[in-house]
Amino acid sequence: MYIYDEYDRRIQGQRVKQFRAQMERYLDGQLEEAEFLPLRLQNGLYVQRLAPMLRICVPYGLLNSRQLRKLAHITRTYDKGYCHVSTRQNIQLNWPQLEEVPDILDELLEVEMHCNQTSGNCIRNTTTDQFAGVATDELVDPRPYCELIRQWSTFHPEFAFLPRKFKIAVSATEEDRAAIRVHDIGLQIVRNDAGELGFSVFVGGGLGRTPVVGSLINEFVPEQHLLTYLEAILRIYNQFGRRDNKFKARIKILVRAMTPDVFAEKVAAEWEHLKDGSATLTGEEIDRAKSYFTEPDYEAADDTAIQAEIDRLASENKAFSNWLKRNVRDHKKPGYAAVNLSLKPTGIAPGDITDRQLETLADLADTYSFGEVRTTHEQNMVLADVRKADLYDLWQKAKAAGFATPNIGTLTDLICCPGGDFCSLANAKSIPIAEAIQRQFDDMDYLYDLGNIDLNISGCMNACGHHHVGHIGILGVDKKGEEFYQVTLGGNSSNDASLGKVIGPSFNAEDMPGVVQKIIDVYVETRTEEEPFIDTVNRVGIAPFKERVYAKAS
Amino acid sequence: MPKLVKDGAIVDNDWTLMAKPEGEAAEAKVPGGKVIVPLKVWQAQHDALAERSDIGVWLDTDETADELGDEAKRFPLVAVHFPAFADGRAFSTARLLRERFDFTGELRAVGYFLAEQACYLRRCGVNALDFGPEREHHLEPAIEALKDFTEYYQTSVDQPLPLFRRRAS
Repeated sequence: MYIYDEYDRRIQGQRVKQFRAQMERYLDGQLEEAEFLPLRLQNGLYVQRLAPMLRICVPYGLLNSRQLRKLAHITRTYDKGYCHVSTRQNIQLNWPQLEEVPDILDELLEVEMHCNQTSGNCIRNTTTDQFAGVATDELVDPRPYCELIRQWSTFHPEFAFLPRKFKIAVSATEEDRAAIRVHDIGLQIVRNDAGELGFSVFVGGGLGRTPVVGSLINEFVPEQHLLTYLEAILRIYNQFGRRDNKFKARIKILVRAMTPDVFAEKVAAEWEHLKDGSATLTGEEIDRAKSYFTEPDYEAADDTAIQAEIDRLASENKAFSNWLKRNVRDHKKPGYAAVNLSLKPTGIAPGDITDRQLETLADLADTYSFGEVRTTHEQNMVLADVRKADLYDLWQKAKAAGFATPNIGTLTDLICCPGGDFCSLANAKSIPIAEAIQRQFDDMDYLYDLGNIDLNISGCMNACGHHHVGHIGILGVDKKGEEFYQVTLGGNSSNDASLGKVIGPSFNAEDMPGVVQKIIDVYVETRTEEEPFIDTVNRVGIAPFKERVYAKAS
Repeated sequence: MPKLVKDGAIVDNDWTLMAKPEGEAAEAKVPGGKVIVPLKVWQAQHDALAERSDIGVWLDTDETADELGDEAKRFPLVAVHFPAFADGRAFSTARLLRERFDFTGELRAVGYFLAEQACYLRRCGVNALDFGPEREHHLEPAIEALKDFTEYYQTSVDQPLPLFRRRAS
């Protein structure tokens, strides 16, 4: 994990001091509401429906146990004893006091955390695969590059007032778990024929009102040119992105208006000026970044013997066996596993975690995973480096703490934005819909039979719940002051990224569990052996689903 | 005399900012004395204005640095205009004027921007902040805000080496 040096500490300390002064000027009435707005947003502070919301940055989803304990302390002292994991791997406080935010920032600084650029029209937190560094299908660890991007984008003086927000994601695996094709910039780490490392660059993907899959504008940017190339893209966007209409201001609109080819040419021309300049990465700097993400002290283990013991325990205990199948994942090191801790038990808002759970998580991380955890964009937590020999003990402790719901990847492991219960942008509530669907599908064996299904819920077209790329997507819409829900099918955030198609007119909240049930019924009746839900939808199209869902009661 | 912040101090503003003409740029009357003319007026009256040494030029937010290009060097002053503080195009314009077109004169921000943006403006090469006569209460806070950061990660006009090249040494 990256550790601050004196420079990082100085810069971050100056940031907190700066925001404290800005807050004082606002509270004094020297800054107008509209003037304070972008300043507070760039420090993660929203003003929501019921209270302010503070979005704490978790760079590429990595947290250590000291930070978790600090977060527990902050939720207890400044909030109501819980926080929320967002779909961009960040952590949100729902009830902080506006005036106390600078104090919270000081507390975060003590553990090398911050709220920099977690909102506003600037470069946001760079995200990546939650299994980075331990994945079996990884070319190299993407996190050093994420850290290099973090430093470059932090307080970038030229790009703090962009036309709109800007999100970058990095993937280094064959299976894209970072959804890079629906980001403003998606970077796929690749090796060229000469064996050199570099990036395939996708631009102009995104969800929101106008969902678009990103275009490949450069197949290979050598790694040392990463920052100058990013700078060229951002400069073109800052100068030419639309500013007359907030809904047409994302880079995807610019790329589409120019065409990806012309946009690529513009970037190439700008890059000619920047390439090989002083911002070109040095081998020393890439090595320095990599030095923070070295392997922990893994123990040599007899994987076969350990696996035999786990299989024995699993054969005696169905609940443990279910958990192993759904929540535990292969690790590149023999004798180790990566463990998903589910934040989706039925009855809790998806992604919510209490102060006590944060402390338990810190203890689990210290005991079982070298003191580190990761947040995931599916709003769960991951212990990435667990000895297989410890899995049974960990399972029991995780179960006691409410983290062991064995539903990872299933229909009830749904992604859900805070929705109308909290968010002032939302058209409709999303959390109660999530809960109603979880209650409808409460039979675990049935869920396992259904296999992997991504169900994503957004309370409005800003798409924080990523509904467009859910295999089943649910979007809250407002019709004359009443809340309705529109359903899409066939979305996908992985390599063959696609956007879901709307099946027809929207539904009332109380109809939603039944609608999802009918969709699932059609799948179960139509699937071929072992065919996952998304493949069935792609094979038969949305028509059979539509027919069933809108059939008149006979 | 109206005031502005220049190089970190409050000084008199002895330049007049000429508004964009309603009619043809070629026919607009440019007053005498130190005057900052719109880019279009400069382009339309190039030969006449080129004889004067008391002419500066201002770029609106949708006018890019390369529209002035290498000619920037002939002016003692170039201004970049903010129609609204959230419109950040001028940050790129300023940086390009300094870094690509080697402009070394006074680079002035004009229009509606905030004291809180002073530090980023300075880093992009702006060395004079004209908030206008109605917003002179921003002058003192701007001098403070110029010092918000003393260390930076990226390259910028005031620090051409990224932190990683300085860290290494």
